Amino acid sequence: MTLVAFSILFAAALGGYILNRMAADRIRKGGARLHSLSGFHGMYSALVVGLPGLFLLTIWLILQGPVSENLMMSGLPDGVLDGLDAGKIALIRSEITQIANGNVFGTPDPWKIEAAERLISLNAAGDRLMVVSVALLVLAGLVYARSRVSSEFRARHGVEAIILGLMVGCSGMAVVTTAGIVFSLIYESWAFFELIPLQDFLFGLNWEPQIAIRADQVAGAGAFGVIPVFLGTLVIMTVALVIAVPIGLFAAIYLNEFAAARTRNIVKPLLEILSGIPTIVYGFFAILTVAPFLREMAAGAGLTISPNTALAGGGVMAIMLIPFISSFTDDALAAVPQSLRDGSLALGATRGETMLKVLFPAAIPGIVGGVLLAVSRAIGETMIVVMAAGLIAKLTINPLDSVTTVTVQIVTLLIGDTEFDNPKTLAAFALGMLLFVITLGINILALRIVRKYRELYD
Amino acid sequence: MTDISAQAPQFDWKSSGFTARLQARRRSELWLRGLGLGAIGLALLMLAIMLTSIVGSALGALRQTHVTISVPIPADQVDPADPFSANWRRIMQNYVASLYPEASAAELRELGGILSKGAQFMVREAVVEDPSLIGQTLTISVPVSDPFDQLAKGFIKRETPENERRVNDAQIAAFDVLDKAGLISQPINWGLLTNGDSRFPELAGLRGAAVGTFYLLLTCFVLSFPVGIAAAIYLEEFAPKNRLSDFIEVNINNLAAVPSVVFGLLALAVFLNWFGLPRGAPIVGGLTLALMSLPTIIIATRAALKAVPPSIREAALGIGASHQQVIFHHVLPLAMPGILTGTILAMAQAIGETAPLLLIGMNAFITSIPTSPLESATTLPTQIFIWADSPERGFVSRTSAGIVVLLVALVAMNGLAIYLRRKFERRW
Repeated sequence: MTLVAFSILFAAALGGYILNRMAADRIRKGGARLHSLSGFHGMYSALVVGLPGLFLLTIWLILQGPVSENLMMSGLPDGVLDGLDAGKIALIRSEITQIANGNVFGTPDPWKIEAAERLISLNAAGDRLMVVSVALLVLAGLVYARSRVSSEFRARHGVEAIILGLMVGCSGMAVVTTAGIVFSLIYESWAFFELIPLQDFLFGLNWEPQIAIRADQVAGAGAFGVIPVFLGTLVIMTVALVIAVPIGLFAAIYLNEFAAARTRNIVKPLLEILSGIPTIVYGFFAILTVAPFLREMAAGAGLTISPNTALAGGGVMAIMLIPFISSFTDDALAAVPQSLRDGSLALGATRGETMLKVLFPAAIPGIVGGVLLAVSRAIGETMIVVMAAGLIAKLTINPLDSVTTVTVQIVTLLIGDTEFDNPKTLAAFALGMLLFVITLGINILALRIVRKYRELYD
Repeated sequence: MTDISAQAPQFDWKSSGFTARLQARRRSELWLRGLGLGAIGLALLMLAIMLTSIVGSALGALRQTHVTISVPIPADQVDPADPFSANWRRIMQNYVASLYPEASAAELRELGGILSKGAQFMVREAVVEDPSLIGQTLTISVPVSDPFDQLAKGFIKRETPENERRVNDAQIAAFDVLDKAGLISQPINWGLLTNGDSRFPELAGLRGAAVGTFYLLLTCFVLSFPVGIAAAIYLEEFAPKNRLSDFIEVNINNLAAVPSVVFGLLALAVFLNWFGLPRGAPIVGGLTLALMSLPTIIIATRAALKAVPPSIREAALGIGASHQQVIFHHVLPLAMPGILTGTILAMAQAIGETAPLLLIGMNAFITSIPTSPLESATTLPTQIFIWADSPERGFVSRTSAGIVVLLVALVAMNGLAIYLRRKFERRW
């Protein structure tokens, strides 16, 4: 049925184009001067017919499933849902949907089969209604567009106004996305903070989210104190930056000041490769090579360390951040005016002294901005730590210990089946909120520093 | 005019103090150079170690150990009208029992374990395809199970004490007999590319993940390419310089820096929970990644539009084109190579994205190959994640092989982008 609806829409848009174009051509043949080319008249009709129809279809397709399921659920026999919590009701809902889709397991209760049949007929009725409404809508569009054709009608202006509106809508997508992120995070976190008090989350020293979902499960008592998780994130981030910042800075200094153009042209793309490699590859590298290597080193020194140390995850993350920091530093150094460099060299300073005493201090704001962006990337980085860091939150700052991070917890809490009514799932959204706020803050700060610095010399 | 140099104090360029200072300065210069070279060397060394260790590990999955078996297909157990539903498990068990008449039931189970669990299905398929085999003997090469594959490749060492390895001495002896008889072979492991996922490493392949990735990228491209271009054209060419435009721009820049896992949370809450879109479907993944790649495409498109010289615009305006005609007839076609390059790079970024896909359930265990973007599927990176989490030894090399496939796809996309840039790059 969906295909039928889309075919009607497409055919109507095409038909509208041809109809209006021919009508406009007739007017011109009749000797009148058209304001717009006849193609614009056709285009106007196609847009007027096609866009509302496409909009209606999209909305309909998104909403039909949930709406007919809700209708089906509200039509269930009295009493079958009494005394059931939200999770059980959702389970019954999905069971009936499965039956309606033809996946029958065992012998379901008769009222479920009956509900499934009603769901099927509701969906069929919805499909029919959808085709009819689309047909009516495009018909109205066709009639309206055809009635506008005349020699004075400014079809080009109409078309351009519609296209401009579309473009405005598209550029609004970024705002919609941001709003969607903020709204969904706040909405789900709000539900979480109704179950767990905010101060327990922000200041609690214990993180044991593996609570029982069903009564018969063995699990922890459930504690949602974010401090150990956040501390783990900081430990891994610090390890990564302590390694990546000096390497990135020295690499950029060499490339900017000492390297021959040819070396630069070869080395820069090679470094860029590091930033193009997907992070899951780094994660696997950490467990395949780095972690066993560290364990052997530690064994050689007479230490036993856990297989997923913060050092392994942070170290591998550092490799990922090197090109990031070096390219930011390189840009910042290149933005320092040539006159400063020339002045310093003319006074007899060596290239190294020019770099360390003149260019580098002048570029510091840009470099700080780049390092801050690297910090935000390190905090938000997910796959490396999911694969290489631990799952248990410990209150430690020892990089040889296993720690967990905010992103690891988000992924482990939401992997597999999720229900939206227990604190375990909702905790992930609270963590996501924390992550979003922190990275956003750092990004805004970093961009502000970078921008302010640029204005200084431009 | 007086001669300045005659009055200036004579400086002794050869004094020991000066030479020492000069040497110190040159030393620190050398130090800085050395540190810079060292840093670059270290970074490139890490790249090299990473690539070689992964490619080296992937070589283990290049070949798969096979064993050639000659299974009698008993006419009394297989119905020629419906060979599919015969008890193939028992036929295989009987076959193994006939090879080792003296073995006990437990030993037979161990010996049967040399064959992959998928062997019976391959025999079944061969017979379904050619029912004339019923009553005859089918000679077919099937994969051996993972422990024996590892044994043949030397990852399981015979010197290891028997209770510490996954194959016992009797099994090794039986395997060696097969090897001596020339029945063991190691052909190229095409199954890695043509099979779907499996619990058994010797049968697991990437085809389902590759098809899933294709649908995902297709959805992502179809959504983000037109929307990104339209948004960029508006912001670059039409938007008035006011607060609203500034707000949109700030938004786009911030979106580009939001951690990818947050997009996963958005998709889970909005697309799956509120809209009720199917869990784990490539279309949802594509939608999520489209939102993520939008800022990249917008920024690249704006740069490409900016690079078109104003003379083109002025010429078109001068002969009476409307503002939109100037853009769509002249500026956009000229900017297209740059836009395409930027889009391909954004897609290359999207192809390796994993975290948001894990949250919307694209890491389920799915053996079938998806046939539409609405079916649950995995993608290359999530498949790599699943395999990396699997305990079987054979999955280590297969994970690396999956990564190599992913990297090859990335290199191909980047190569295409570089080719486009070189071929169509114009300087005015």
